[in-house]
Amino acid sequence: MVPPVFGLCLRLVLLAVLALLLASLSDYALAATPIPQAVHDALDAMGPQASHIASLWNVFLAACAAVFLAILAVLLYVLWRTPRADGGDVPDLSSLREAEPGPQRHVTRAVVVSVLALFALVVASVFTDRALARLSLADAVNIEVTAHQWWWTAKYVNGGPSDSFTTANEIHVPVGRPVVVNLHADDVIHSLWVPSLAGKKDLIPGRSTVMQFRADHPGIYRGQCAEFCGYQHALMGLLVIAEPPAQFETWVQGQRQSATEPTDAKALRGKAVFESSSCAMCHAIQGSLASAQHAPDLTHVASRQTLAAGTLPNTPQDLSAWISNPQLHKPGTNMPATPLSKDDLEAIVAYLGGLK
Amino acid sequence: MDRPLVEPPARGSDAPRLKDGPPPGSAEARALDETWADPPGFFGWFCPVNHKTIAKRFIVTTLAFFAAGGLLAAVMRAQLSRPENNLVGPDMYNQLFTMHGTTMMFLFAVPVMQTVATYMLPLMLGTRNVAFPRMNAYAYWIFLFGGLMLYIAFFFNTGPDAGWFAYVPLSGPQFAPGKRVDFWAQMITFTEMSALVEAIVIITTIFKFRAPGMTLNRLPLFAWSMLVTSFMVLFAMPAVMLASTALIMDRLIGTHFYNPAEGGDALLWQHLFWFFGHPEVYLIFIPGLGFLSAIIPTFARRPIFGYTAMVLSLIATAFLSFGLWVHHMFATNLPELGKGFFTAVSMLIAIPSAIQIYCWLATLWTGRLNLKTPLLFVLAFFFILVLGGMTGLMLASVPLDLQVHDTYFVVAHLHYVLIGGAVFPLFGAFYYWFPKFSGRMMSEGLGRWSFWLMFIGFNLAFFPMHLLGLHGMPRRVYTYQAGMGWDNLNLASTIGAYTLALGIFLSLVNAIRSARSGEPAPADPWGGGTLEWATASPPATCNFHRVPVVYGRDPVWEPPPPGAPAYVSGLAADSREQLVTTVLDALPDHRISYPTPSPWPFLSAVATTILFVGSIFTPWAIVWGSVIVAVPLVGWFWPTRREAAEHMALEKQP
Repeated sequence: MVPPVFGLCLRLVLLAVLALLLASLSDYALAATPIPQAVHDALDAMGPQASHIASLWNVFLAACAAVFLAILAVLLYVLWRTPRADGGDVPDLSSLREAEPGPQRHVTRAVVVSVLALFALVVASVFTDRALARLSLADAVNIEVTAHQWWWTAKYVNGGPSDSFTTANEIHVPVGRPVVVNLHADDVIHSLWVPSLAGKKDLIPGRSTVMQFRADHPGIYRGQCAEFCGYQHALMGLLVIAEPPAQFETWVQGQRQSATEPTDAKALRGKAVFESSSCAMCHAIQGSLASAQHAPDLTHVASRQTLAAGTLPNTPQDLSAWISNPQLHKPGTNMPATPLSKDDLEAIVAYLGGLK
Repeated sequence: MDRPLVEPPARGSDAPRLKDGPPPGSAEARALDETWADPPGFFGWFCPVNHKTIAKRFIVTTLAFFAAGGLLAAVMRAQLSRPENNLVGPDMYNQLFTMHGTTMMFLFAVPVMQTVATYMLPLMLGTRNVAFPRMNAYAYWIFLFGGLMLYIAFFFNTGPDAGWFAYVPLSGPQFAPGKRVDFWAQMITFTEMSALVEAIVIITTIFKFRAPGMTLNRLPLFAWSMLVTSFMVLFAMPAVMLASTALIMDRLIGTHFYNPAEGGDALLWQHLFWFFGHPEVYLIFIPGLGFLSAIIPTFARRPIFGYTAMVLSLIATAFLSFGLWVHHMFATNLPELGKGFFTAVSMLIAIPSAIQIYCWLATLWTGRLNLKTPLLFVLAFFFILVLGGMTGLMLASVPLDLQVHDTYFVVAHLHYVLIGGAVFPLFGAFYYWFPKFSGRMMSEGLGRWSFWLMFIGFNLAFFPMHLLGLHGMPRRVYTYQAGMGWDNLNLASTIGAYTLALGIFLSLVNAIRSARSGEPAPADPWGGGTLEWATASPPATCNFHRVPVVYGRDPVWEPPPPGAPAYVSGLAADSREQLVTTVLDALPDHRISYPTPSPWPFLSAVATTILFVGSIFTPWAIVWGSVIVAVPLVGWFWPTRREAAEHMALEKQP
């Protein structure tokens, strides 16, 4: 029997749900993910580290599912077979007088099996850990990644000091070569996670941590910050682009160059505006007067696929929209809205668009 | 030298004193009721020390916070129901999830368990009140003021926004300016102080106030679970109070405990916080186990199977829970071999829980089932908690944790463990003990509706989160972009969350309706075996007109052998007198004169609140606040001639 008050409650709650859903239909400024094809799944392993973990996942899943189903089966059997009683029925106190060898045997067996299963899982876990630590690091690509609220710096440090270069929010790696990433944090704790390539690692102020992985298949892998780091923890993405070694070398050569000097008048004007406005107070473009280190390095910004750490696709329209009102697209970001005339804005977009 | 030092009151010297012993209805029983009653009137409202009065207020307060935390979650789920939603922005969302976690952990889960215990334990143990009843009252007021302070701050847009775990440096002075995190840190001080005080009350009550004959070996398993929990509180809470005090010092007076630039360490916070934080999970879970051990025997119509194993499992869980905090820190740069140790301990702790689950299954298997609402909530535990335990094993493994740590997988896991392990048993316990609290039965039909909505809603809300985590969705994000493939699972989760909320709401409706017009409950409506069922529903102000003598683990089921006394008599009926028994064997030890109602706990709590809230704004509040706190404390402990005379008279003329 359902009391009448039930219907009333149901209606009230449904109304509340409806109101909330309607309220949430209001305007929104965020764009859909710019790179929908990027892989970001812990079980879609694209390198040895992630696939070791995925195999261990399968072992755990099988063992845990078996135990869970066994307990559920026993419970259902008990519900099915045990006679019913009422609160008034006299309790059965026979267990106070005599031992219960049957249940005792069953419980003991179940405990022994549980201990053995847990021991097996610990061993499997430790061996996987060992396999992860044994990734061959010969001929590794070394990258220093620094996390900021809410973007990433990546500095490639192979070779001499003149060979190193800095980029942001997008890491290119060669397929088949190990990558050693030294991790630092500039402000608060962050965590780098590229689920299809490796488990996550924290970036902690005052400490340095290391992550090692290898990509075995070319592709675009999405990563993101996994440790809550303030307002825009949600939009702190990163792309790892794995490409064949030759293509990677070409990319490296390109990144080592200073920014392309603009040729057309509009872009030249854009450069001048960039250097003389507040842009240069935070950003750096090698080969220009802008050399600040508080925001992503824009030397080759046009070669990147996204803007604002994976928030927007890198198109002239989005770049223009981003520069005019960053807070609309990424509320809380440290980049202020820059008041620019329409011409200046177009000029800057043209200039930045040419920085391949 | 038989002249009293202080002249006792007239009736003490000549008139024969009223002693307990006669059955309910007698003049002595009426005198007992009056002696143990709370003072009437408006001012009396601030003075009660009766454990049932305090606990009822405490339970209502914690449930109000539970509802508030649930509403915050409802807004969060609405925001996440679709990608790129604009219901709330990042600033509000960060406050919402911080307040949700803080409310559920500090203002609901830990205190509600302690407060159910302060209601039930004296009844289960066969005594008239908890130990240190004024301290018990103080714990309530301080908790209430701390919780209100946090919510008032939240309504003035000063709600904490650095997460319930408040990791530094994000919660430090540089990255969290303003007073938001200060309110959070002081809320910790309030609630932990309350929890510590309650732990002392519970431990002392269990050790010293048991009915004669209730040896430790006959202690009800719920009391065992609260004893273990309270010791855990004593060891775990100081860690977080230390951590939050260091944080507030970093923020207010420029110490650098957590500032790596000045020789501090950001990981120090995590060690201290999780050294508290992981036992915290178990001190929410262990009372849940206690509820199960109270409910299952009654509804299986037999004593629990494997009592000794159950007790040892509880103690083992408590010890192990202090050795696995690092599994929250596997992604940091701690040594790999050390992490392996914590993997092993994290898995080892599954064994005592497994032992208890097997013992309950054996109890159910060999019993006869009375399938009422409380038992339904218990059966749900086997589904939800066991699933949560399995994902817990996955999180214990370093490599797997590196993938799913800080993702929605963990959100799913922790809700399976905490809601399955604590909230479902708690609801079962409410349905079980509601007749005792209120003297009325809850509606069985509405109870079943509530149960099924909660069970289905819960699984719909939280199971998809496992998949979301594996598919790469991190925790604590205010939104997510379309095209990530997370849309449908999130929508399903939101629908589930609202179904769960509806189920909880129905239980609330059920409780309110039943308290007003439910069927009157007999003393023992379920046929339970522990002592709370030996007294009326609701219990008299003194709980028991005659203090029972116990001969077994289920005293109601195991009556005294022929010729043995069923109760002790001779305690004063016209004065608050309580029997104290020995720790191990519960042999009658001595009588104590018991504290009377007093406004000082309330006033002390007000003074303490002024100190704590003041210290958010100026460190000098510690100095002048101490004076303000000292005044009511002096009043609290000031001995009066009348009380001394009363105690002397009882001593001289037992």
